[in-house]
Amino acid sequence: MSGAEVTRAGLRGERPGSEALFGNGMNGGPGGGPDGGPAGGRRRGAREAEFTSYYGRPVLKVPHWAATDIAGYLFLGGLAGAGSVLAAGAELTGRRGTARAMKLSSLGAVSLSAAALIHDLGRPERFLNMLRVFKPTSPMSIGSWLLVGYGPLAGAAAAADVTGRFPRAGRAAACGAAVFGPAVAAYTGVLIADTAVPAWHEGHRELPYLFTGSAAAAAAGMALLTGPLPENRPARRAAVLGTAAELAAMHALRRRTGMIAETYRQGTAGRLLRAAEVLGTAGAAGAALLSGRSRRAATLSGAALLAASVCTRFGLFHAGLASARDPKYTVEPQRSRPGGVGRTG
Amino acid sequence: MTTHEPHLLHGPEPDVADAGHPRPPERVGFFTDTSVCIGCKACEVACKEWNAVPEDGLDLTGMSYDNTGALGASSWRHVAFIEQDKPLGGQQTQPELRWLMASDVCKHCTHAACLDVCPTGSLFRTEFGTVVVQEDICNGCGYCVPACPYGVIEQREGDGRAWKCTLCYDRLGAGQEPACAKACPTESIQFGPLDDLREKAAARVEQLHATGVPDARLYGEDPADGVGGAGALFLLLDEPEVYGLPPDPVVTTRDLPAMWRHAGVAAAALLTGLAAVFAGGRR
Repeated sequence: MSGAEVTRAGLRGERPGSEALFGNGMNGGPGGGPDGGPAGGRRRGAREAEFTSYYGRPVLKVPHWAATDIAGYLFLGGLAGAGSVLAAGAELTGRRGTARAMKLSSLGAVSLSAAALIHDLGRPERFLNMLRVFKPTSPMSIGSWLLVGYGPLAGAAAAADVTGRFPRAGRAAACGAAVFGPAVAAYTGVLIADTAVPAWHEGHRELPYLFTGSAAAAAAGMALLTGPLPENRPARRAAVLGTAAELAAMHALRRRTGMIAETYRQGTAGRLLRAAEVLGTAGAAGAALLSGRSRRAATLSGAALLAASVCTRFGLFHAGLASARDPKYTVEPQRSRPGGVGRTG
Repeated sequence: MTTHEPHLLHGPEPDVADAGHPRPPERVGFFTDTSVCIGCKACEVACKEWNAVPEDGLDLTGMSYDNTGALGASSWRHVAFIEQDKPLGGQQTQPELRWLMASDVCKHCTHAACLDVCPTGSLFRTEFGTVVVQEDICNGCGYCVPACPYGVIEQREGDGRAWKCTLCYDRLGAGQEPACAKACPTESIQFGPLDDLREKAAARVEQLHATGVPDARLYGEDPADGVGGAGALFLLLDEPEVYGLPPDPVVTTRDLPAMWRHAGVAAAALLTGLAAVFAGGRR
């Protein structure tokens, strides 16, 4: 649409349109040439050294997710999933009190997490649209189906235990929940890693391990808090195992993500993740050394482990938001990626 | 990435519209040549008018003539405005100064992360090879928002659902070009079959190089790039990040098979680890 007009006098108002030239036929400067590609940037020194952005605005869109809903869901899903394994183990080894407590905890946690997920939808009344398709490329689709499988099993296990009816079916449901549970706990790592958010995506190898470790520690904490003292040896072991796995995965995550690891150290995320480390270490030590004899120590260790898991999930959630807000975490890793820079020319 | 074998989740993909469409028409797209953009924002206005996109704030950003700021739920075209102390091509003025203007839009990626991660199937691939949200299905989960490596798609405040450029799906169906391309007074926004646009873009960048604009480069034209090539190509006069574009975006689902493997190992480790803590006697 160049607005040209044919008149008796000939063509009028003709404009060059998309063929417009403005180079004046001159050489654009040193370093430039017909095949020079991105010469303009290079002319002003080493491109690697300077970081540019569009008025400091983020390249990515920060998700609208509410921290209480989504980070809360990451915690509750882990607590429920790992808790179901402890519940089944306690049931099969005759630890009746712990089994009942963990079944109720898992039912409560999975119910709350489903509520959080639905609450976070822009159109909550359409939550059943999650079950229109089964889509392996969408971790959220897989997660919805996992919850559909896991939730009723956790519910049946708890209901059978509390009412004392259908004990065989209840035990089968508890075992079923113990099989689905770890999948629920592990997939949440994929859920946030399968995004363009640098602090989440670049951790896609470590996040599933970090989240299952954190889930194991949280479930152990709940078992210490609510289970009878004479039954808590497995929970004490699980506390140490889960915390060790979480700390190791967090260490690997920090080391491998390069400059993005800043977002795990700074601001809200940094404070939460430091608190998670302190609480987790204290909770695991308390569980290992004191919680076998002292009710008070078991309660405190359990609470510390649960709080550590909450801090881990909220910390990683906030690290992701911070890494999406600052364009340097998007641009610089892409610039320094091997073989990725020359492509723009 | 050119050496990789064919892969469903990344890499070159010649038959984009074969997603269940029998005998689809040619894949279409945009070529936005920013070297002739005059920053008039007719594309933004035409897009809003045609698609009935609501108003999204009438504030001034105070940073430049760009008061739209970025693409979003209610801005499906966005004209960036950049002032630099660099010469434009062989221009010989003192002081050196140039204005860069560029109309950004959804890239309609060959491998679209938003579409891949959408759990409801609301986002789909049209017969034209474009990526469109079905608003009667979207439940506002917001997963597509952080998935997009360009920060294009967004949930609309108060509405909850995700919105973005449809490449005027309704107009395409009627044999019309998209509203932004129709309204562009300098043909900076060109619409057509993607193969033709790639040729035009290559010719145009060569023409500019030959006439003294060595900064000119294409963006999104390479089918071997991280998103399998974009359905909306750009001719830029500086690095992509100057315009707010990621320099080397990669579709996040490229790594999804690895993520699922790690999650599988982690889940198995959790199950066996927590089973092992019950070993031994009762206390």
